[in-house]
Amino acid sequence: MINYIIRRLLHMIPTLILISMVSFAVIQAPPGDMLTSRLAELAEQGELGSESAMAQIDALRERYGLNDPIYVQYVRWIWKIISKGDFGQSFTYEMDVMELLVERLGLTLTLTLSTLIFTWIIAIPIGIYSATRQYSIGDYGFTFLGFIGLATPNFLLALVIMFIQVSVFEAESVGGLLSPEYIGAAWSWAKVVDLLKHIWVPILVIGTGSTAGVIRIMRGNLLDILGQQHIQTGRAKGLKEGKVIVKYGVRIAINPLVSRLGLELPGLLSGAVVTGIVLGLPTAGPIFLTALTSQDMYLAGAFLLLSATFLLVGNLLADILLAWLDPRIRYE
Amino acid sequence: MSSAVQTPPDASVEETTTTATYSQRELIWRRFKKHRAGVAGGCVVLFLYVCVFLGEFLAPHDPAHRYYNYVHLPAQRVHIFSEDGIHWPFVYGIKKAFDRQTGIKTYTEDAAVRYPVYPFARGAEYTFYGLFRTDIHLLGTGKGNPMFLLGTDRFGRDMLSRIIVGGRVSLTIGLLAVFISLTLGSALGVISGYYGGHVDNLIQRVIELIFAFPSIPILMALSAILPPEWPSHLVFMGIVTVLALVGWGGLAREIRGKTLSIREADFVLAARVAGAKDRRVIFRHLLPSMFSHIIVIATLAIPGFILGESTLSFLGLGIKPPMTSWGLLLSDAMNIHSLSLYPWLLLPGVCIIIAVLAFNFLGDGLRDAADPYSSR
Repeated sequence: MINYIIRRLLHMIPTLILISMVSFAVIQAPPGDMLTSRLAELAEQGELGSESAMAQIDALRERYGLNDPIYVQYVRWIWKIISKGDFGQSFTYEMDVMELLVERLGLTLTLTLSTLIFTWIIAIPIGIYSATRQYSIGDYGFTFLGFIGLATPNFLLALVIMFIQVSVFEAESVGGLLSPEYIGAAWSWAKVVDLLKHIWVPILVIGTGSTAGVIRIMRGNLLDILGQQHIQTGRAKGLKEGKVIVKYGVRIAINPLVSRLGLELPGLLSGAVVTGIVLGLPTAGPIFLTALTSQDMYLAGAFLLLSATFLLVGNLLADILLAWLDPRIRYE
Repeated sequence: MSSAVQTPPDASVEETTTTATYSQRELIWRRFKKHRAGVAGGCVVLFLYVCVFLGEFLAPHDPAHRYYNYVHLPAQRVHIFSEDGIHWPFVYGIKKAFDRQTGIKTYTEDAAVRYPVYPFARGAEYTFYGLFRTDIHLLGTGKGNPMFLLGTDRFGRDMLSRIIVGGRVSLTIGLLAVFISLTLGSALGVISGYYGGHVDNLIQRVIELIFAFPSIPILMALSAILPPEWPSHLVFMGIVTVLALVGWGGLAREIRGKTLSIREADFVLAARVAGAKDRRVIFRHLLPSMFSHIIVIATLAIPGFILGESTLSFLGLGIKPPMTSWGLLLSDAMNIHSLSLYPWLLLPGVCIIIAVLAFNFLGDGLRDAADPYSSR
């Protein structure tokens, strides 16, 4: 097992290098260097030519060695990240990218992971229900809802939920993770309750599509397995039907789902980004969009690099979990 | 087409002697017709494409024209009955009231004024695909008269017309993107599966690299690279390219899998033994025999592209005005205040859901029909 993990970790290194190259390419792709937009901004403010502004520009040019060839710049960029965790400077927010991202990215990942757990808690029982009562009204109902869930883009679902909150429940504050009066307040019981009142919206929005997918797969898997002979054996032994389904059926049907965990994550993360923007959450989504529209490319590149790394690690964890759960898998 | 292309006769399909006269295409078509959801999906897809093709003719108004007197007008109803009996279908005129305290405009029907709705009515002039100029629309109440069946937006532009013209962009982008990514995906997928070895390894690593990024953020980043000074038709092509560049990987993987499974089939081996070159084997034997699967994969990939485009446009990184698309239309609904007052701004979203559902059903139906081993 340890061997397997080490081998997987080593295998990740070339992928990580390629990912960082793509992220750097995205940073470099817009015409002009990142100071072009800064210069334009200064010119707009009428500060162009002022000594402090020019000194700042010179210092930045110096710091990033913008006159060096591109591969030197790449190596310097990646080395700073590895050695000091320094992802560069965000121009729109005038902060260190890392400082800006760390909390928001943490929140994004928390949201993604809690959605994942929520998805499974909802989808697996529904999948079992649908498979054991195939072609019942409930089964058709869930299948239909699943199709709708897969066909609705995240941002649209977020809009619809906000619309329902405002027009049906006449909610005063929609979107966000906290009501205005709790933002910045110390943590208290009331604040936790308020958070719970808000957080179900993004979880529902991000999770609907993947819930539909998991239900579909769980239903299909379980139906396949319920037709197999060991199920018949279990029933012939006189086991209770519930035990046959859970211990003989679900136990096996769940393995392919674990192997899909890694595939599920990118979609959820994408959803978290879009949902964060629509609902105005303090996640990485909104600042990623701002970074892209204002060409704050170090911020955008850092987000791409970090989220891809997160997905890689998530994939690895899913594979380890699968190897641990499913005794049929060998990891030589 | 050489006889080797035909899949081997399949005993499981039908055992009656009459089936011997059906070609594979006919068999697929017969099986597809039995899949009711698939046929319904196909009909909806066809209907949508006919609608967006007819575009300006179907749209009652010029989608860009701003009726400043009818800003944020709710959907009007077509009436047949009035207090004095049955009439030719008509819409009432609009009376406007302004509440000074809340600042909200309200519109009421003006029973005194009626505009009959005529087929082939004259309205705004347009050029039909650059072929001829005309001012005839399928339905209308005459140029400048109100008939806003789905309401208007914040500039008083007709929602129905904008949805039809926006649908043209949304649905075309889906088709173009799937065409490009399919060309790329099947070329690389077949090469990857047929040759194997280092080439296969390289192509698979590239695909892995694409999949390493979450799709929406990488799409956002790539479309943010498009120069802001580009006119909207170039941006359109740019978005198609970006979608295809990110989307070909999945298609290539599926086609590679299919190639691997039939690479060792007898008819391919026979062709190779007979001395056919790789190119001939790929183009005359592998690709034609996978054709139905490629169509299925393509159909099921289109919804992803439609959703991708709508998300990008919604976020302001996709299609840009004067062009419009369903996603871009929905960006007007981003403001929760206007959304709660003018819920019809969400209508383009209904179109997205319908289009995606229809493609999914069509794809499911085609997949079941194209798979010779399915029991249905």
